[in-house]
Amino acid sequence: MEQTEPAKKTVLYCAICTLPPEYCEFSASKKKCEQWLKETHPAEYERLYSDQAVTEKLAMTTLSEDKVAKEAAKMEKAVSKEEARMARELEKKMASKVLIKRVERNKRKCVTSVFGLDVFGVDLKKTAKAFANHFACGGSVSKNPQGLDEIVVQGDFSEEIMELIHKLHPEIPKENIAIVEDEKKSKKKPAA
Amino acid sequence: MFKKFSLQETLSGQNPVKSSVVRGIRTKLCTSYPGIEPHIDLILPKKSNLVQLKCKDHITLFAVDNEIVFFQHFDLLVPTLTLLHSFPDILPRVQVDRGAIKFVLSGANIMCPGLTSPGAWLPEELAEDVVVAVMAEGKETALAVGVTKMTAKEMREVNKGIGVDLLQYLGDPLWKTQL
Repeated sequence: MEQTEPAKKTVLYCAICTLPPEYCEFSASKKKCEQWLKETHPAEYERLYSDQAVTEKLAMTTLSEDKVAKEAAKMEKAVSKEEARMARELEKKMASKVLIKRVERNKRKCVTSVFGLDVFGVDLKKTAKAFANHFACGGSVSKNPQGLDEIVVQGDFSEEIMELIHKLHPEIPKENIAIVEDEKKSKKKPAA
Repeated sequence: MFKKFSLQETLSGQNPVKSSVVRGIRTKLCTSYPGIEPHIDLILPKKSNLVQLKCKDHITLFAVDNEIVFFQHFDLLVPTLTLLHSFPDILPRVQVDRGAIKFVLSGANIMCPGLTSPGAWLPEELAEDVVVAVMAEGKETALAVGVTKMTAKEMREVNKGIGVDLLQYLGDPLWKTQL
């Protein structure tokens, strides 16, 4: 690019709520945002959250004082709500399991299905492709009978897949990944 | 517009754009946003890989290097907030007061009083149906992108109703969408 051209401006975004830090105060994860900024960008933190900045900000607002107090109370409520929600979600995440299952297709051929990865915020399509590449076989995202998405890999890779998931997504705790032995078909699904 | 939006659900097709079409878009951008002209080579290099993502409801997104830079709704081609943050002076600005910020952040259209009160700022002259960057009192980065529904003069005189129709705001689903 030519030098005369005005350069692209880079804006800092909060890693917690994705907004520019100056808008963090309006997000429900306010406290976490503040902490994040303090740890990663101390200068910016000083600018936005130091006592001086806060008083200046208060002086600048055009809202009357009781309104400000009301807003703050409301905000507090939203924050606690959001925190509760996060906690609930985390709990759910911890409770949910990734199930690896070997499903027999006919006598000597089988597929491996991986279910429950989406709960952990994993991109299923990309992961399916990664599996397919790694094992040099067919891998796809398909809906299981319950109508939920799962990854199906052609071939029996239950053990290897467990390790691969662990390598690709270390954020998933190992104890949450389980290999399920497929019981005899007649036993589980008598109708089928 | 993007209050409810999910790329995975609405995406109906994605394909690279022909260079001749890119040229058309460039000229269109330059005519509709005079402020963009000095930056156009940075935003949309002549040999860029512009990808068009067609979505439902006549929405089309344009992405360069896996970053959504524009969206189009019928004929209206609008830069995204991300782009606006990188190049703040491509759009004319309006400013809302502090009280309005939180409503805008949850996707409300901007009412005239929020644009005419002491903390807010309106340019002297502003036509209607113009894409504007919505700034906020005491903040440096843009809060939203919208399109004006009346002229600045009308806003001051009437001081009621919707002044700026919101297109994209900070933290909406499109903002969170990543390719």
